[in-house]
Amino acid sequence: MTLMQKFLGAAAGIALTAGAAVADPAMIFDLGGKFDKSFNESAFNGATRWAEETGGTFFEIEMQSEAQREQALRRFAEAGANPIVMTGFAFAGALSEVAPDYPDTKFAIIDMVVDQPNVRSVVFNEHEGSYLVGIMAAQASKTGTVSFIGGMDIPLIRKFACGYVQGAKAVNPDIKVIQNMTGTTPAAWNDPVKGSELTKAQIAQGSDVVFAAAGSTGLGVLQTAADENILSIGVDSNQNYIHPGKVLTSMMKRVDNAVYQAMMDGPDMETGFNVMGISNDGIGYAMDENNAALVSADMQAMVDAASAKIASGELVVHDYMSSDSCPVE
Amino acid sequence: MDFLTILQVSDSSIRLAVPLLLACLAGLFSERAGIFDIGLEGKMLFAAFFSAAIAYVTGSAWLGLLAGIAGSMLLSALHGVASITFRGNQLISGVAINFLAAGLTVLMAQAWFGQGGRTPQLSGDARFTEITLPFAEALRDVPVIGPIYYELISGHTALVYVAMLCVPLTWWVLYRTRFGLRLRAVGENPAAVDTAGISVIGLRFAAVAIAGILCGIAGAYLATALQANFVKDMSAGRGFIALAALIFAKWKPWPALYATLLFGFLGAVAIRYQNIQIGNFTIPVQFMEALPYILTVVILAGFVGKAIPPRAGGEPYVKER
Repeated sequence: MTLMQKFLGAAAGIALTAGAAVADPAMIFDLGGKFDKSFNESAFNGATRWAEETGGTFFEIEMQSEAQREQALRRFAEAGANPIVMTGFAFAGALSEVAPDYPDTKFAIIDMVVDQPNVRSVVFNEHEGSYLVGIMAAQASKTGTVSFIGGMDIPLIRKFACGYVQGAKAVNPDIKVIQNMTGTTPAAWNDPVKGSELTKAQIAQGSDVVFAAAGSTGLGVLQTAADENILSIGVDSNQNYIHPGKVLTSMMKRVDNAVYQAMMDGPDMETGFNVMGISNDGIGYAMDENNAALVSADMQAMVDAASAKIASGELVVHDYMSSDSCPVE
Repeated sequence: MDFLTILQVSDSSIRLAVPLLLACLAGLFSERAGIFDIGLEGKMLFAAFFSAAIAYVTGSAWLGLLAGIAGSMLLSALHGVASITFRGNQLISGVAINFLAAGLTVLMAQAWFGQGGRTPQLSGDARFTEITLPFAEALRDVPVIGPIYYELISGHTALVYVAMLCVPLTWWVLYRTRFGLRLRAVGENPAAVDTAGISVIGLRFAAVAIAGILCGIAGAYLATALQANFVKDMSAGRGFIALAALIFAKWKPWPALYATLLFGFLGAVAIRYQNIQIGNFTIPVQFMEALPYILTVVILAGFVGKAIPPRAGGEPYVKER
């Protein structure tokens, strides 16, 4: 909490000194924290890349509680930051309130749609990437059982789960997919101990490949999977390096590209609805030297084929959020 | 549910119960001496950070444990100075400790390791590894007893056995030693202890220090046994569940073991079964997760027995002059 006050103090200090003359972009990270080795970190990498390439600077703040969202948005808007980029579905409410009050400021929200004239809503086709890693999981599994661990139980995470199940069933229709959610509060993103325990329970039920879409909780999942000698699949950023040779792949959600693009566009950013999927390199799976030995040529060929089919529109993966239900379990 | 599943769920219950048990015993010592301690959560978190950091730097899990205990005792000392020496409000001091730990751990981890408020991954001797007890392999094939011994009793980290030994030890210290008698008296009627010529301040500081040690072990268990690094807020409310367990156990050591095992079991069942079907009725997982709190409220409301806290709890002792 002292940290929060420091951040707030720093934000206030910046707000006082910056004035409205410069239009530096601002970046707001969600509760998971900017170094979650996952979603927020990916956004941070995008912002850093922008700063390095252009030599510019950006304001940033990391949320410490739900109550800070609107406050942070207003502070940055008052300070003249433009555009203001934020990560996470949870900003939707605050942003719908704030955006009309600052018509000259551009906002970009990732993972959620906010229908305002000065907002760019970037959403990802997570179900497509999850489908791809589902294919790989089913091929790598020897037991015929794979599993999924989500963070907070929200439709977005169910979207991951649903895509994953569809991918796994595409390879092996009889495969069993165990699904668990860590919890129903934001604390579920930060409980690696519970992530470990969930993984152990899934291993006990026969799972030998586990896909974690759970923020920092996922680090506990990857750890236990490595300890117990099964394969895991990372999420959002490339997490293959965390346990080399034990992480099958990572479903990459190129939040960094979205943030980079928004900052690059600057105050003249085009607003509206922006979908990042396999077809425009917004979604993919990670291959590097850490998992090269785990991915067979067969596996790679099948994933690449599916990837091409999805990109061309030949294969449509069901999106959980379009119907609030999943056709397969 | 077959036999093996029961064993696995019980095994998981033990792992989940151990941090609760240690924190619960820490609260027991402190509160029995009349010092409310809602800073258990913060102390665990602080210990988790220090144990993971020092274990990484030195490569020894045991040195990490010592560092975790030292870190936790530092916060205990702070709590003691604020609420015993300066007679501040114990609850406020506890809340302050929780906030302090939540912020400081991330700040220190970032300044020290630069990995965004976490500590680097531990491996090898820097972690507590699972111990296979003697004869576990040999007895594995013996029906019933073999699997119980192999799955349930053997194969935990050293800290689990330490925690289990803490229960009889706590009972013995509290009920069979002079120190324990005085400690309990100081939580009920400090004036009487003072009249007998025994230092109330000294006893309360001793109790708070013991709480620090136990929270230190709990934190080290989270970061260096269950996990292999420190992550921000990794205690995830376990200190508060431990307080609930303490009330549930009516401030007694053996019931504390049963209460934390029960809470651990409820957690393990919630983890293993997302939704439980009983006939046509589905129990949602959220209900299982809320059950420890519901049970505590039921106990507090006096429906099942009565939970009476130590009489002098929460009040700073002022010597009459």
